[in-house]
Amino acid sequence: MYETRSGANAGPKLADATALPIEVRGLAKRFGDVEVLRGIDLQVQPSEVVCVIGPSGSGKSTLLRCIAFLEIYDEGEVRIEGRLLGYREGDGPRRLSGEREINEVRACLGMVFQHFNLWPHMTALGNVTEALRVVKRMSRAQADEAGLDALRKVGLQGQARQYPGQLSGGQKQRVAIARALALQPRVMLFDEPTSALDPELVGEVLSVMRQLAADGMTMVVVTHEMGFAAHVANRVVFMDEGRIVEQGAPADVLTAPRSVRLKQFLNTWRERSI
Amino acid sequence: MIDTDMIARYGPLLLAGLVTTVRVCALASLIAFAFGLVLALLLGARLMIVRAMARLYVEVMRGTPILVILFLLYYGGPSFGLVLDAEPVGVLGLGFYGAAYFAEIFRAGFESIPTGQIEAARMVGLRRRHIVRRIQIPQMLGLIVPPSVNQGIILVKESAVLSIITVAELTKNSMQMANETFAVVEPFLAVALLYWLLIEAISWSGRWIERRVRHV
Ligand SMILES: Nc1ncnc2c1ncn2[C@@H]1O[C@H](COP(=O)(O)OP(=O)(O)OP(=O)(O)O)[C@@H](O)[C@H]1O
Ligand SMILES: [Mg+2]
Repeated sequence: MYETRSGANAGPKLADATALPIEVRGLAKRFGDVEVLRGIDLQVQPSEVVCVIGPSGSGKSTLLRCIAFLEIYDEGEVRIEGRLLGYREGDGPRRLSGEREINEVRACLGMVFQHFNLWPHMTALGNVTEALRVVKRMSRAQADEAGLDALRKVGLQGQARQYPGQLSGGQKQRVAIARALALQPRVMLFDEPTSALDPELVGEVLSVMRQLAADGMTMVVVTHEMGFAAHVANRVVFMDEGRIVEQGAPADVLTAPRSVRLKQFLNTWRERSI
Repeated sequence: MIDTDMIARYGPLLLAGLVTTVRVCALASLIAFAFGLVLALLLGARLMIVRAMARLYVEVMRGTPILVILFLLYYGGPSFGLVLDAEPVGVLGLGFYGAAYFAEIFRAGFESIPTGQIEAARMVGLRRRHIVRRIQIPQMLGLIVPPSVNQGIILVKESAVLSIITVAELTKNSMQMANETFAVVEPFLAVALLYWLLIEAISWSGRWIERRVRHV
């Protein structure tokens, strides 16, 4: 196991090489009166691929969005490579971090969304190079080179000059993956990356993800693609009603479920996919 | 019969009025556009108090006739140490009045951009000001051209009330022509034609800009 750092003595600016890529402890999140996450503990090891499954409304997206700090969580902590995300380190009442600190901590995270969220007024290459130029302050030439590299990784160097509106869903999602990869993240978060795609376009996106996993990328993937979970994940996490109900190796979780809820969930899924 | 001679004689006066109207409206639009954008950003500010102030401004401006605002500035201004000529009062009044309407146009433009795009921008480390400048404003511009042109046209038509605070713009000068000649048809026909030409020119430019900012 990896040692977890105690916040007080470690320098807050240094990424701790021994720290886990992601460590979630006692995470709770409410929307108004609705408790959406009720105490989540999750540790992700380097190069591990974790697939999160569960019924609709169980809090999978919310968990991922809290890990990215797109949602402000109420209790517990999210640590990225040892550094607390979203709140200032220290005792007493918690204070939110500023934009700059948040960006620093999540700089190693890349995120891919169900609906791609490309910027329609920029070309594929423009989408990929925007942050390289603005955040990494690369020159146009440097950024274009790095951007084309990223597009090549997802097999889209030929589409660099096209606008999102001219691309298929699968191509859009691959551009979105390239946009995240261009910043050389060490952890990738995926929220149902293939759910908005026509069935015949799912494969091209999954194969890019499979390649990423094979290259050793640490990944957390919320998905309904049980095949992907079975074959690519190192661990499958089953969520229900804001809790992690069961987790383990895909073979165990998917073929020998222990909890009633997971059994039901898998049965429903099997019925639907017949 | 229409007295074309009279129109020719008063042509220079009417044209001078047109020039003033164009100048006043151009400057006022500039203020309205720029301050409207600032207001729209403030309407979405993180601090509640800032949002509330911006909202109050917009509501007060929209709830007050432009004439009242002009009177306040022109006749009430001096009691607050604000002594301005009629034309600058007209520009400022129209500009800050129009800003409230432009702010609403811009706010709608901002809100029409899916939040997912902004979240994606945050995840690649873009800071708020970059998101506004590189993601939101460029997309918003395409959407806001038609309503902005509309608002510009309204502003031109409302500029006629500046005649009441003695700005020598188109309407004021046509009234002078009517007073001096005792004619009613010619002055107002001429002035209607000039307003129409001006507004056609604005619509035409609007369509031209729209073609340029639209893509894909
Ligand atoms: N912004 C929000 N405001 C209020 N409630 C929300 C918000 N986002 C999510 N919820 C609620 O939180 C619960 C969990 O939502 P979440 O999107 O995390 O579920 P999910 O597991 O991702 O579901 P799905 O498989 O449908 O994507 C749901 O009941 C949802 O209605
Ligand atoms: Mg979801």
